[in-house]
Amino acid sequence: MAETTTHDAHVSSTGLSNVKLGMWLFLGSECLLFGGLISTYMLYRGRVSDGPTPEQIYDIPFTSVSSFVLLMSSLTMVLAVSAAQKKDDRGVNLWLTTTALLGATFVGGQVYEFTAFYNEGLGFSTSLFGSSFYTLTGFHGVHVTVGIIMLLALVAINKRSSVPGSKSETVEMIGLYWHFVDIVWIIIFTLVYLIPV
Amino acid sequence: MAIIERPTPVLDIPALPAAPPAITPSRTFGALKRPVASTGWKSWLFTVDHKKIGLMYGATALFFFIVGGLEAVLIRLQLAAPEGKVLNADLYNQMFTMHATTMVFLFVMPMAAGFANYFIPLQIGARDVAFPRINAFGFWCFLGGGIVINLAWFLGGAADGGWFMYAPNSGPVFSPSNGIDFWALGLQIAGIASLTGAINLIVTVLNMRAPGMSLMKMPVFTWLVTVVQFLLLFAIPVITVALFLLTFQRSFGAQFFDVAAGADPLLWQHLFWIFGHPEVYVLILPSFGIVSEVLPVFSRKPLFGYPFVVFSGAAIGFVGWGVWAHHMFASGLGPVSVAVFSVATMAIAVPTGVKIINWTLTMWGGKLVFSTAMKFAVGLILLFTIGGLSGVTHSVAPSDTQQTDTYYIVAHFHYVLFGGSVFGLFAGFYYWWPKMFGKLLNERLGSLNFWFMVIGMNLTFGPMHILGLQGQPRRMYQWTEARAGEGFFNIAFWNLVASIGSLVLTLGILFFLINIVVTARSKVRAPLDPWNARSLEWMTSNPPKEHNFDSIPKVEHLDEFFHRKYEEDPVTHTMRGVATAEQVLAELERNADPHIHMPSPSYWPLVLAVGLPVIALGVIYSTMVAIVGGFIVLYAIYGWALEPATAVASDFDTPSTNGHAVSTTHG
Ligand code: HEM
Ligand SMILES: [Cu+2]
Repeated sequence: MAETTTHDAHVSSTGLSNVKLGMWLFLGSECLLFGGLISTYMLYRGRVSDGPTPEQIYDIPFTSVSSFVLLMSSLTMVLAVSAAQKKDDRGVNLWLTTTALLGATFVGGQVYEFTAFYNEGLGFSTSLFGSSFYTLTGFHGVHVTVGIIMLLALVAINKRSSVPGSKSETVEMIGLYWHFVDIVWIIIFTLVYLIPV
Repeated sequence: MAIIERPTPVLDIPALPAAPPAITPSRTFGALKRPVASTGWKSWLFTVDHKKIGLMYGATALFFFIVGGLEAVLIRLQLAAPEGKVLNADLYNQMFTMHATTMVFLFVMPMAAGFANYFIPLQIGARDVAFPRINAFGFWCFLGGGIVINLAWFLGGAADGGWFMYAPNSGPVFSPSNGIDFWALGLQIAGIASLTGAINLIVTVLNMRAPGMSLMKMPVFTWLVTVVQFLLLFAIPVITVALFLLTFQRSFGAQFFDVAAGADPLLWQHLFWIFGHPEVYVLILPSFGIVSEVLPVFSRKPLFGYPFVVFSGAAIGFVGWGVWAHHMFASGLGPVSVAVFSVATMAIAVPTGVKIINWTLTMWGGKLVFSTAMKFAVGLILLFTIGGLSGVTHSVAPSDTQQTDTYYIVAHFHYVLFGGSVFGLFAGFYYWWPKMFGKLLNERLGSLNFWFMVIGMNLTFGPMHILGLQGQPRRMYQWTEARAGEGFFNIAFWNLVASIGSLVLTLGILFFLINIVVTARSKVRAPLDPWNARSLEWMTSNPPKEHNFDSIPKVEHLDEFFHRKYEEDPVTHTMRGVATAEQVLAELERNADPHIHMPSPSYWPLVLAVGLPVIALGVIYSTMVAIVGGFIVLYAIYGWALEPATAVASDFDTPSTNGHAVSTTHG
């Protein structure tokens, strides 16, 4: 049956599907969002007023472990995508759930870290360092959280098995987002935690 | 109407019955039934049709133009005479801040977005944009943002820090009302419209062109608007960061702009202008695009140097990122930065100059038809050139340090914004009105509209050059007789002239509004191809059907429509008509696609967009409200995710029209 659809691209001029192209563009835009936040942090990280300095509160081993957990989640995400391409529904659900759990561990670590820093005297309003640290890492944490919600929602929807559109593409799309958020964390981890002021 | 089923072939025009299938929506998901109405107010509220969304953008932007214009008139009334009493200092600050915010973010940008929405799919031969629901969501965000920004007028006073809202002046100490909170959150919401719109239109243009339409066969309007979407894609996140920092500072006690805590006031300036300079191209390029469509049509010649216009537009898209600090020459950047940005700014005049030359050469030797659209286009060339030249004078940093923060700057940017952006949009109104509404705007009133606007605009903004060079600062709520000076250049006289000019300008705009009413009441239908136009959007009925084209045209030429109507005579090398517009259209109708699936209306874009202003109010007044807003957002996203883009057949009572079975669609 000859069909002309406007919403999904069976034929597209670039060969990329609309959703995929759209996601790439969105991530390009996100680069500048994080670029702005990271610049703000870099400008202000040395301005601590009376509060603690970065060296005094950062717990590098702890954050390294949680960063490692997040990295691993990218691996499981890859497995989810490949399971989706093989139409292996059980595999998809398994790896999506694992990815979400790893992501949740990371966010848990961040909550723990924030609490610890707060108890050591670094509030949101304590210093420019405090404001910009919490804003930057908080924004990243929110991105991870949104990713987790998308992952779990996808699992839930998979179980009802009524995902609109192609399932493997949806998994791939969330995968792209997830990897992006991961890469951003690697940059943040390097710039924020590893490079001394 | 989601699915259009039609017998093939269809020979008579108009082929499609406008009546929707009998509708009682069943359910898709959640509490809300899927809307499927295609007439009445619901067909607007829940529409995902790019044309309806384009019109809603336009109508809302026009409303805000009137608001911003009245604010401007109040400013000029205040400054007409010494020691003006119309506004007090506080109100004056709010007035110029809101005037600029309204004009820039709530009029020019969304009006251009409206044209882009309406005409890009038509110009590239597509049936809708890539993400119709996101498109609708964008419009509601723009409206919600505009409402939030303006709500402040009624809740303790509007924003008062100037449209670029420099820190630390924007802090709670200097601006204790909630105005700036509303401003920051409202712009944030409106920014979502720009960002989603950018993604949507770029994907549409890259992926959904009609067969044969290569990038270098795209109409110039589509090209330049695409450049704009790239600028928005990368500029919006930067202002997003800046606005977040501001909101966190004002609402949650962050310190970003607190100079006492060691903050750097230049942070805001950099973030703002990294967004702000690309933004000026966002404001002007759509109008350049419109003019590049209008001039060839009314010169009866192809656009001179199409590739140059396209590439200079793209060049602006790149170089535009490297000059932002010319807005900060007076802020102590240091000599090296100032020199670099100064030279870069002079360089960026070049691609703009290229366009002006191309337009002039397009008209050269053409059979000029001075319709109102053409008048506005020519007006743009002249007025924008004046503004461009004064712009070059402030690319020279030492000269700019004399001019900055004076009325000379105000004169400059109104020549480019009013004489450029706004004139271009008006050219678009007159040119495309018959396409959008099937009726021609009245040319007599159009002429009055044009002449009052040109004269008014020059009377208003021309004298501001003098005022500025005489030292009158911008954003001053009063001037005094004692300091008015004497002789020809006394500012008392020129302030009065400028204020009278603003009333002439207002009359001009009034003629336009009258024209809308007169045209709406008129019964005369526009001919199919009133201007003898060249591009694809004219290769369909006026106004276009819901699915735009009965069959998607195969494109072989730049100016495809023109080439279907005319052919070159091999002997005389002149163009001779081979088909009328009606014949071209009938040809398309004959080959109509049998099955056309259009995306179905949806509640979710609206529901999602309603959640955002609720969150904004919550941030300002109470966390509980913000949480409620958050739940609305989550609920909407959930419903949205589960809803197929095209309503399934079970949403319709009678799953068929014309006796054909309707296939269940695939998402
Ligand atoms: C209706 C005709 C208009 C008149 C009479 C008018 C008049 C004015 C005046 C007198 C000011 C200076 C206020 C001051 O510095 O104290 C001003 C500022 C401004 N106008 Fe307009 N204007 C008009 C249209 C526009 C349009 C169409 C735009 C943009 C698209 C625009 C953008 C701005 C901007 C950005 C400022 C700077 C405000 C600030 O200093 O923060 N204006 N306008
Ligand atoms: Cu600039």
